[in-house]
Amino acid sequence: MSDTTQSGPVLAADGTPLKRSLARALRMQKLRALMLIAPLLLFILLTFILPIADMLFRSVENRIVSDTLPKTVVALQEWDANSGEAPGEDVYAALAADLIVAVEAKTHTRLGTRLNYEMTGISSLFRKSGRKVKRWDLAEDAPFKEKFIDIDKDWADPEVWRTIQTYSPKYTNGYFLNSIDMQKGADGAEARPENQQIYITLFQRTMFMSLVITASCIVLAYPIAWILANLPARSANLLMILVLLPFWTSLLVRTSAWKVMLQQQGVINDVLVWLGLVADDARLVMINNQFGTIVAMTHILLPFMILPMYSVMQTINPSYLRAAKSLGATNWTAFWRVYFPQSVPGIGAGSILVFILAIGYYITPEIVGGTKGVFISNRIAYHISSSLNWGLAAALGAILLVVVLLLYWAYDKIVGIDNVKLG
Amino acid sequence: MADASNSDAFVEFERVQKSYDGETLVVKDLNLVMPKGEFLTMLGPSGSGKTTCLMMLAGFETATHGDIRLGGVSINNIPPHKRGIGMVFQNYALFPHMTIAENLSFPLEVRKMGKSEREEKVKRALDMVEMGAFGGRRPSQLSGGQQQRVALARALVFEPELVLMDEPLGALDKQLREKMQFEITDLAHRLGITVVYVTHDQTEALTMSDRVAVFNDGRIQQLAPPDLLYEEPENSFVAQFIGENNTLEGTVKEIKDGLALVQLDDGELIDCKPVNVSQPGERTRVSIRPERVEYNKERLQEGAHTLKAEVLEFIYMGDIFRTRLRVAGNDEFIIKTRNAPDQVRLKPGQQIEIGWLPEDCRALDA
Repeated sequence: MSDTTQSGPVLAADGTPLKRSLARALRMQKLRALMLIAPLLLFILLTFILPIADMLFRSVENRIVSDTLPKTVVALQEWDANSGEAPGEDVYAALAADLIVAVEAKTHTRLGTRLNYEMTGISSLFRKSGRKVKRWDLAEDAPFKEKFIDIDKDWADPEVWRTIQTYSPKYTNGYFLNSIDMQKGADGAEARPENQQIYITLFQRTMFMSLVITASCIVLAYPIAWILANLPARSANLLMILVLLPFWTSLLVRTSAWKVMLQQQGVINDVLVWLGLVADDARLVMINNQFGTIVAMTHILLPFMILPMYSVMQTINPSYLRAAKSLGATNWTAFWRVYFPQSVPGIGAGSILVFILAIGYYITPEIVGGTKGVFISNRIAYHISSSLNWGLAAALGAILLVVVLLLYWAYDKIVGIDNVKLG
Repeated sequence: MADASNSDAFVEFERVQKSYDGETLVVKDLNLVMPKGEFLTMLGPSGSGKTTCLMMLAGFETATHGDIRLGGVSINNIPPHKRGIGMVFQNYALFPHMTIAENLSFPLEVRKMGKSEREEKVKRALDMVEMGAFGGRRPSQLSGGQQQRVALARALVFEPELVLMDEPLGALDKQLREKMQFEITDLAHRLGITVVYVTHDQTEALTMSDRVAVFNDGRIQQLAPPDLLYEEPENSFVAQFIGENNTLEGTVKEIKDGLALVQLDDGELIDCKPVNVSQPGERTRVSIRPERVEYNKERLQEGAHTLKAEVLEFIYMGDIFRTRLRVAGNDEFIIKTRNAPDQVRLKPGQQIEIGWLPEDCRALDA
């Protein structure tokens, strides 16, 4: 063709570059496709991505101090927190001015709650002061330093002022430090006292237990998936229904059932005692600890391991095993050298699925986990719904998200994400 | 067929039966003796039991009854991996997670062979099938024909005396298939291995084999070299299954001097060679090969029997002419004639007379 000798872009019949011509031809199609997914896209954007972004933003956002006490924050900039003395009258005057406005708007209690996360007692200090400050007059009642200290001698404590100063910037890494058992001290970040350290342990426990659950799922699911993939279609369907049966029951019911099974007066202990394997006064403790959580969660997450494994194993032609045996491999060698490597993508997909589900699991550890078997997600839920420390909850959640992404990245590096197949 | 005590016997099936469900027999009373170095093809329609026989020989299916012997030793209770039989599978079954060299090295590894010896054998086997340059590739990076060669090399690399092939060329296109047919037979004869080859493609069976076993309904219908199978089918199934065949139905009138007089259903009489008819009055199916039918009167031999025929269709196929006729009420009577300069080209509607030698016309079971 004559076109092949031309240099430069290939042209369409009317002289426009072929690429542009093609793009124009496909634009309508693309638009139509986009319109089809637009409702879902919008839905996800509004109900999923935006809230998550907002939540993650809360882990660093800290406007409340500078918004509620604008003048105080400015005045405090000059004060040296390491001087060991309370700030001067100007700061107290600014505080009085800010508090009067804040009390009017009833925002001082919220600030108190926020600062209370960092230093216990500040909440009541603000509430108490709020009631008094309400009756003050800025012009006549000065100076305020004495008056504040009269209300509560904590106002003379440099630590209170240091906390306010530390948390006056609009953004803070305080929540994240808190999430890894650290705090902002006099000389920057420092470890929290031993008795307040909780999150690192929780993160480690969450990781460890999720790994144990994933491993037990692999061990239990592999033979089932193998049988499923190798049975004739009719029996396989029946077995598949049995595998999926748990999905027909509410998660709560299944978890509660485990409670019935595992508790000290429960079915398993009763049987063991009846068989004489366990003394009546030494019944096994299988619930409200890590063991209970692992057992219940392994059971609940098992289908998520079986399904990807099954769909991958289904694609492995049985003639591979026959070929291996005809070449002289024993059953075990044929399995290990030929079948197993081909089933690894299924294990990978199942493991990622189960691990990510497990690491953020909430209901089951809450019900059967007691104190020793709870996950980081239970703590996040606690901060969201009970302590209302959303910033900390957001920071914990962000860390969890990063950990999962890191693991995903590591998996990609080690095994390769191409090696994950759902069928 | 040789008897089971034959000292030449390398592979023997003795009264082998196989049932999967306990109700029907897939293989019924199979008896087969193969000498060493033979290329034997099991040919038959799907469901005829040929693949089951192969699988029993390989050890993937157990015989419900009977004895399978390899080199005089019963292998009924020997697991597949100890039989030392090479096998080429229909879909090649090359391990996708291993390279070509690793695939070939696998049977040597499980035999605990040393690394240098392994490498040497792998190289030799790959060179043998002209795939020496592909050792580092994965099976998915090879074409069908290349995969086929590798599968062959893998089945041969551990030097088995018996190699089984289960429709190994089924997935290849026609040209490649013909090339591989030649290569496989050539290799088999060069290495002196015994081959049991399963196929449903009769051309493949005829061109490759020393002997062909035609399977149908769980039995061997005929076991013979290709030429005998084609020219002297022993029953009407074999006659129909191997090559193109014309069938006329009729009743035996008399059998005399090695010739059977058959009255066709429209009343005409023809002479046939009685194959499995024994007495007058029996129903029979008469089989004539299309290329043995002659319509050029000058070429008809002296004393040949003739039948009236009407030309229905004339197809020009280049090297041959294929003509469809109506003969004795049969609309599907085909004749094939060579495209020779003096050959007459028939026209539809033409009335002709056809004839053949009585030896070419075989009276078979009805």
